[in-house]
Amino acid sequence: MEQSGIRATQLPNGVVLVIEPMADVQSAALALQTPAGSIYEPDGCNGTSAVLSELLVRGAGDRDSRELATELDTLGIQRSESVGWNFITLSAALLSDHLPAALDLYADIVLRPHLPEDEVDPARTGIEQDLLSIEDEPQRKALLELRRRCYDSPWGLPPEGTLDDLPRVTHPVLTGHFRRCFRPNGTIMAVAGNVDPVAVERQIERLFADWRLVAVPDIVRGARGSRIDHIEHDSSQTHIAIAMPSVPYSHPDYYAAWAIGGVLGGGSSSRLFTEVRERRGLCYSVYANHNTLLTEGRLLVYAGTTAERAQETLDVTLRELQRLREGIGDDELDRCKARAKSALVMQQESTSSRASAIARDWFHLGRVVTLDEIHERIEELTVARLLDYLNEHPAHDLTVLTMGPEPLDIGE
Amino acid sequence: MHFDHVTLENGLTIIAETNPRAHSAAVGFFVRTGSRDETPEISGVSHFLEHMAFKGNGRFTADDVNRIFDEVGARYNASTSEETTLFYAAVIPEYVGRTFELLAALLYPSLRDDDFETEKQVILEEIGMYEDMPAYVANEHAMRTHFSGHPLGMSILGPAEVIRTLTSEQMRSYHRRRYCAGNITLAGTGRIELAELVEFARTHCGHWPGGTDDRDTARPPRAGGTQLVVRPQSQQQHVVMMAAGPPASSPLRFAAELVAIIIGDGQGSRLYWELVDPGHVESADLSFHDFDGCGAWVTYFCCRPDEAQANLARVREMYAAVMRDGVEDDELERAGNKAASRIVLQSERPIGRLSSLGANWVYRREYRSVRDDLQSIAAVTRDDIRQLLNEFPLPAETIVTVGPLEEFGGN
Repeated sequence: MEQSGIRATQLPNGVVLVIEPMADVQSAALALQTPAGSIYEPDGCNGTSAVLSELLVRGAGDRDSRELATELDTLGIQRSESVGWNFITLSAALLSDHLPAALDLYADIVLRPHLPEDEVDPARTGIEQDLLSIEDEPQRKALLELRRRCYDSPWGLPPEGTLDDLPRVTHPVLTGHFRRCFRPNGTIMAVAGNVDPVAVERQIERLFADWRLVAVPDIVRGARGSRIDHIEHDSSQTHIAIAMPSVPYSHPDYYAAWAIGGVLGGGSSSRLFTEVRERRGLCYSVYANHNTLLTEGRLLVYAGTTAERAQETLDVTLRELQRLREGIGDDELDRCKARAKSALVMQQESTSSRASAIARDWFHLGRVVTLDEIHERIEELTVARLLDYLNEHPAHDLTVLTMGPEPLDIGE
Repeated sequence: MHFDHVTLENGLTIIAETNPRAHSAAVGFFVRTGSRDETPEISGVSHFLEHMAFKGNGRFTADDVNRIFDEVGARYNASTSEETTLFYAAVIPEYVGRTFELLAALLYPSLRDDDFETEKQVILEEIGMYEDMPAYVANEHAMRTHFSGHPLGMSILGPAEVIRTLTSEQMRSYHRRRYCAGNITLAGTGRIELAELVEFARTHCGHWPGGTDDRDTARPPRAGGTQLVVRPQSQQQHVVMMAAGPPASSPLRFAAELVAIIIGDGQGSRLYWELVDPGHVESADLSFHDFDGCGAWVTYFCCRPDEAQANLARVREMYAAVMRDGVEDDELERAGNKAASRIVLQSERPIGRLSSLGANWVYRREYRSVRDDLQSIAAVTRDDIRQLLNEFPLPAETIVTVGPLEEFGGN
């Protein structure tokens, strides 16, 4: 698999810059990740990162809120500001001719945001509205509540925020979070697209060289929620969410763990899709996927079904989880491999996908992984390896959250 | 990048835009059929049939279909709208042939009775899932109210009670009527040549029955009105407003796309600055939908119930100002740049390019390159926008809301 030269450099202050030139596109994409995600939020102030991400673009450098947005729009930038557990990520995709002007603007947003006090209320209200909407979207809410129960705090806290905490997210809390977390050490910038890597490197060096180091804040590990739980919800469906411990992306067994998730609930020939949806017609939506933090991971399973058929859905789903150890077909693994390999090829057609993939690789592994290398790692998987993995990591410590009109029998 | 097209003896049209430098190829069958081509007794049959397509034919079982698509690593799916049922897949070049054979098999499924009954349950689950999404419910009620008495008001998923009583014979009869080759366009993008596609189609689609089936494209009556769907358990109030817009055939559609960006884009639009930025709403947008013979402006916002009435007033005031004063030159320039980025970014993937290639052909029998679209966007003037707004004013004819409010609207 061809792949043009990916370049990674690090400025003396720690900023990492990863660039992947792509010749056959007209666009460029930027993923700028600063280590200001929700795990660094002050106690009892969940939602600080979310509000800060809203506030960041409300004026920066010598532009007020409106002027900044207007300039970003004039460049035709498709942008988003998102919050994760580790990072606030500023993403931009645009015609590559406009990249230099866009980088100038993003340097102001990251280094010289106004964070105006009179904009805190509207920014916070926006986040509050978003949280109220999640209350109306049971599938999203179920997965978010599952997370609170399967990961220790603060990794279990939702990056979206918590309604009860929002009133404590004040201007001093926001500026404090900014000062602690907007730092060069830990920041990763990824650029993919039709760009001259040397020119991008020079510009980034010029823009970010004076950014001063800040000490990395400590994180205190707290408790997780209850392992088996039900949330009363007045909905027509019951939402079932299950988590099982797994390995993180950096672990040598990651690809085995990922493939097991794929066999269980990855494509439409996966076991869950076949047994729960195709054979029994219990669900419209049922799937499994792998979720990773830096040092731990989870296999997550979701199924949404009408309340009367929820118990059967749960029973079938749990049985499929347990049954994995009894054997996996070569064909099942081959299909996972094929899906992964074609996804790798198609990733090369999207500058945004490549920018976020190389940023993610750097964060988890401290280096850039070529598509060839991933290809090789997937190719070398065998069924024996998957079964070994399942014996070393049997399905245990399951977290089961149900949400709907009636609780279900978990059968433990 | 080059384009070509051909029509087989049975009426199947094949179009291809080849890009030899792409990494993948995308192939899609656009069937000119959807909820507007149904009658109330079979409401939801187009979408149900789309599901049944994956249950296989005499050659492939349902398990084969799911398994083989995964074996070739295809990114594939199907969708049903008011007017089009689309089956598509993107794959790496070595698997195009195998994928094509399977994709073509989807269009003439066996429709076995036992599969029909199992899949009926899945459809009912899907209806249940969407019932839990208030924004979806608001949109569906808005379409029904706005297009009252017109086929575009039909629900895509269908009412649960109709799905429960639907028979496989009704579905077969609908399939015979709508899935004739003349009603279908096969499109390919990326690393695929027309000649290759024609050869595949001759082998796997050449035996499909010919003919076409027309649709009623009469202009909808001016219905409209206000409707409240009271949901006390809902946290937020969801509001959809609709007005008539230009049809798919209209050259005004480019101006309409730009108005939607200027007034109602997710960022930097007038709705953004008036409603989202100050925190009055969680989200607000204006979009333009074009159909066969008519079009629609659709405004959506979602906010705290106690703010909904005030937000409605803000939107109305804003639309009155747009009608009076039009838009500014710099707004038009920014919207043009945004539209251009979107067109280019989307077209960089064959799977992204497929939908606009297919839509141009299905609706207008024309090929438009990315460059053509960029030029049309750049050519839109303030006068075009004035003309568009005179013909298709923004202020709502239909207002639908879902949430706890028991009173809403008025003037």
